[in-house]
Amino acid sequence: MESLLPILLILIAAAFAPLLQRVPGRVAGWGLALLPGAFFIHFLTLLPAVQNGGERLFTLPWIPTLGISLSFRFEGLSLLFALLVLGVGALVLVYAGGYLAGHARRGRFFSFMLLFMASMLGVVLADNLLLLFVFWEMTSIASYLLIGFYTDKEKSRRSALQALLVTGFGGLALLAGIILTGVAGGSYDIAALLSSEEALRTHGLYLPALLLILLGAFTKSAQVPFHFWLPGAMAAPAPVSAYLHSATMVKAGVYLLARLNPVFGGTEEWHYLLTLAGGATMVIGAFLAAPQTDLKRLLAYSTVSALGMLVMLIGLSTDLAAKAAMVFLVVHSLYKGALFMVAGVIDHQAGSRDVRELHGLARVMPFTAAAAFLAALSMTGFPPLLGFIGKELMYEAKMQAPSASVFLLVAGVLANAVNIAVALIVGMRPFVGRKPVRPGRAHEGPVSLWLGPLLLGLGGLVFGLFPSLIGRTLIEPAVQSVRAEHVDVALKLWHGINPVLMLSLLTIVVGVLMFLLRLRARRVAAELRVPELLLPGGLYRRVVDALPGAAGRMVRHVQSGYLRAYLFTILVVFILLAGYTFLKLPGWPIDTGFGDVSFYSVGLVVLMIAATIMVLVARTRLVAIAALGVIGFGIAAIYVIYSAPDLAITQILVETLTVLIFLFVIRHLPRFGVRSSVPTQLRDAVVAVFSGIVVTLYSLKASGVQLDTAISTFFAENSLPAAFGRNVVNVILVDFRAMDTLGEVTVLAVAAIGVYAMMKLRRGNGRVS
Amino acid sequence: MSAVILRIATKYLSPVLLIVSLVLLLRGHNDPGGGFIGGLLAASGLALQALAYGSARARRLLRYDPRTFIGGGLLLALSSGIPALLSGEPWLKGYWWKPELPLLGALPLGTPLWFDIGIYFTVIGFTLTIVFALAEHDEREEY
Repeated sequence: MESLLPILLILIAAAFAPLLQRVPGRVAGWGLALLPGAFFIHFLTLLPAVQNGGERLFTLPWIPTLGISLSFRFEGLSLLFALLVLGVGALVLVYAGGYLAGHARRGRFFSFMLLFMASMLGVVLADNLLLLFVFWEMTSIASYLLIGFYTDKEKSRRSALQALLVTGFGGLALLAGIILTGVAGGSYDIAALLSSEEALRTHGLYLPALLLILLGAFTKSAQVPFHFWLPGAMAAPAPVSAYLHSATMVKAGVYLLARLNPVFGGTEEWHYLLTLAGGATMVIGAFLAAPQTDLKRLLAYSTVSALGMLVMLIGLSTDLAAKAAMVFLVVHSLYKGALFMVAGVIDHQAGSRDVRELHGLARVMPFTAAAAFLAALSMTGFPPLLGFIGKELMYEAKMQAPSASVFLLVAGVLANAVNIAVALIVGMRPFVGRKPVRPGRAHEGPVSLWLGPLLLGLGGLVFGLFPSLIGRTLIEPAVQSVRAEHVDVALKLWHGINPVLMLSLLTIVVGVLMFLLRLRARRVAAELRVPELLLPGGLYRRVVDALPGAAGRMVRHVQSGYLRAYLFTILVVFILLAGYTFLKLPGWPIDTGFGDVSFYSVGLVVLMIAATIMVLVARTRLVAIAALGVIGFGIAAIYVIYSAPDLAITQILVETLTVLIFLFVIRHLPRFGVRSSVPTQLRDAVVAVFSGIVVTLYSLKASGVQLDTAISTFFAENSLPAAFGRNVVNVILVDFRAMDTLGEVTVLAVAAIGVYAMMKLRRGNGRVS
Repeated sequence: MSAVILRIATKYLSPVLLIVSLVLLLRGHNDPGGGFIGGLLAASGLALQALAYGSARARRLLRYDPRTFIGGGLLLALSSGIPALLSGEPWLKGYWWKPELPLLGALPLGTPLWFDIGIYFTVIGFTLTIVFALAEHDEREEY
C-alpha cells in the first residue's frame, strides 16, 4: 500500500491542481509541496525496512489473463529513486510557485508537474514490467506537456514534439523488449524474472530483447545518438529542467538499466553495449557542452555527459561501479537540480541566461549565489563535498574495470574536466566580477526561489562531511538491488594519498585550465562546426520535415476520393483472398444438387437477371435506379419464400429508404452516361464477373457443407425457455448476441457522423456551416 | 415543391408508419419485427415528411436533433447491461420482470426490450442524420 497510495493521492492532486489558479502562485507552491514532502518523510521512516535486501510487495490483479498486475515492489533501489522524486519534487514545487507566481496558467503547470511526479513514482515502484511501461509512457506525456508549456512559442512546441517523438519511439521499442522478455523469462514481474535470469540469458530472444530495452532506456536517458532532445527540452520553464530533465525523468533509463542489471547483466553484450554507449555519451556530451554560452544549454549538455557516466558505470558490472553509480546518482541530482534552479533564478531576476552578460550577481543575490557555489563545488568534485566522494569512487571503479581501464580513465578525466569548467561557468562566473550591467534590475528573489537550490546545495555539503548519513542506510540497499547481493558500502571522505586522489587533482587542474581557456575553446568550436546534417539532430529534422510531404503523396495515391477506385480495390482484394482460400478448401468439386426449386423462385431469378441487364443498358439514371430496386425487392421476395420474414422486412425498408435518399440527391448528380474508356470498362467487367463467380462458388459450397448444428439448435431450443422470445432472430439480436448488435449500431452511429461531417463541411471554407 | 399527391399521402401515411413502427418494435420478441426494423420504419415516416414538406418540418416533429437520438439510443442500449453487471452476471445478460397487472395479466418486461428500444432510437437517429444532411444540402442549393 505504501507504493500505491502516494501515486494515487498525487494523481488526485494533479486532477484538482488547475483549481489552484485562484490561489497566489507562491501559496499554491508551498501548499502542494506538503504532499510530496509528507511522503518523503514517510518514506524516510521506511528505510530500515529495506536494509539487507528487505522488500515489500503489493499486488492487485489487473489483467490476469495477460500476466499484467498492479504489482509494486518496495526495496533499496526503488526507495532511493522514490526519495529523489519526492524530495526534489517538493523543493521544485515550492520553487515553481515562486517562478511562475504571476503566470496565467500556473494551475495547469502544477497539474502537469504532479502528473509527472505520480508517473515517475510509478516507474520506480512498479514491479510488473508492463505496469512500469505504462508509467514510463505517462512520464513522456507529462514531459511533452511541460516542455511545450509556453504554447505560444513555436520553439517550445517543436522541442516538446521532438522529445515526445524520440522518447515515444524508444517507448515502443521498450514495449517490444518487455514482451520478448516476458516470452523468454516466463513472467513480466521483475521479482519472478530475478529467479529465472539464467534461463533468460541463454534464451534465443535474449539479444533482441536486450537491444530493444536498451533502445528504450537510451532514448529516455538521452544517450548518443538520441541525446539531442535533451538540450531542446530546455525550452521548458526552469522548474521542469531542474526536476524532469536533470534530477528524475532522464534518469528513468538509468533506473531501468540498474533495475534489470541482475536479470540482463553479466553478459558480454550487456557490458560492451553499455560501456560503449555510456562512454561515448559521456565524452560527446562534454565536448558539446564546451562551446555553449546559454546557462541552461551548458547544464543540459553536461547532464547528457553525466547520464553517459551513469550508464557506463552500470555497464562495468562490478560492485565498485554499482556503488559509484548510486553515489553519483545522488550527487548529480543534488547539484544539477540546484544549478538548473539557479539558472532559472538568474534568468528570472537578471533577465538573461547568457554567460557573457552575467557578472557580479553575488552582490545582489547572496542566497542564490551561496546555493550556486555549493552546487558548483560539488559538481567540480572538490572536497569535502559529496561530489568529491562520487568522483573518487568513479575513478576507483574505472581503474578496476575488467577491460579498457586506461581508455575509460582518460575519457573520464576529460569529461570530468569539462564538467568542472561548466560548473565554474554556471555556478561561479555569473556571481563574481564587475557589478551587474543593470544593477537596478537584478535583485534577490523571494524565499521560494532560493530555498530549493540552497537546500540541495547544502545537501551536497552535509552528505560530503558526514557520508555515513547515506552510505549504509540509502546507498547500500540500492547497490544490493543492482548487484543482487550484499555489498558493503562504507563511504569515507578521505582515502589517503593514492592514485585516485592524484587523478582527482589532475582533473581539477585540467578543468580550471579549460575554464580559463573557455573563450579560445568557443572560438575553436565555432570554426570546427560539424555539418548539421551529420548530427543526429539534423537527421531527425530531415526525417520530420520530410514526413508531411511523404504522407501527403501516399494519401493522394491511396485515397483518390473516387468511389469507383475504392470499390475496385475492395473487390480485387476480395477476389484474390477469397478465391485463394476457396482453392485451398477441401472437397472440390462442389455439390451442385439444387434440390426442390419452386416455380416462384425461378420466376424471381429470371426477373432479377433481366433487371440486372436493364441496369447495364439503361439510358437514364431513373431507369437504372428502378431496375436496381427490382433486384432489391426480388431479394426480399426470396427471403419471404425461404421464410425469413425479418430479413425480408429489413430488405424492403432499406430499399425504400434508398429510393427516398436518392430522391434528395438526384438533382446534384452529373449527367448520366458512360465516361470510361473501353479498356477501363473491360477491366471493370472482368472484376465484376470474377467477384460474382467467387460469391456464387461460396454460396454453392456453403449449401453443401454441413456445419455443426449445435449453435443454431441451441438458439432455437433456448430462445423461448431462456430468453422468453419466439422470434429466434430477434432474440439472437437483442439477447444472445447483444454485444455484436451493439457493436454494429455503433458502427452505424460513426458512419452517420461521417456523412454529417462530409455534408456540412462545405468544400473550400472548411468550416461547419 | 408542389407534389400534392405526395403531400396528401404523407399526411396520412407517416402517422401510420410511426405507429406501426412502435408495434413492430414491441412485438419483435415473438414475431417478425424488433428495434432495427421498427427504427427503419419510423425513420422512413419522417424522411417522407422531409421529402414532402421540407426537412424543417420533419425536424420539428422529431423535436431533438437526430444526432441526439444516436447518442441517447446508444446510451440506452449500453445501460441495459447494467442490471446484469450489478448482480454479478456477464454484461448484457437478459433480465426479466413480469409484474402482474389487472386485466392485462403478466407483463413481460426485460432488459432485452430496453436494449431494443436503444437500437430503435439509434437507427432512427442514424437514418435521419443522413437524410437531413442530404436534404438540407439540397435546400441550401435551391433557395
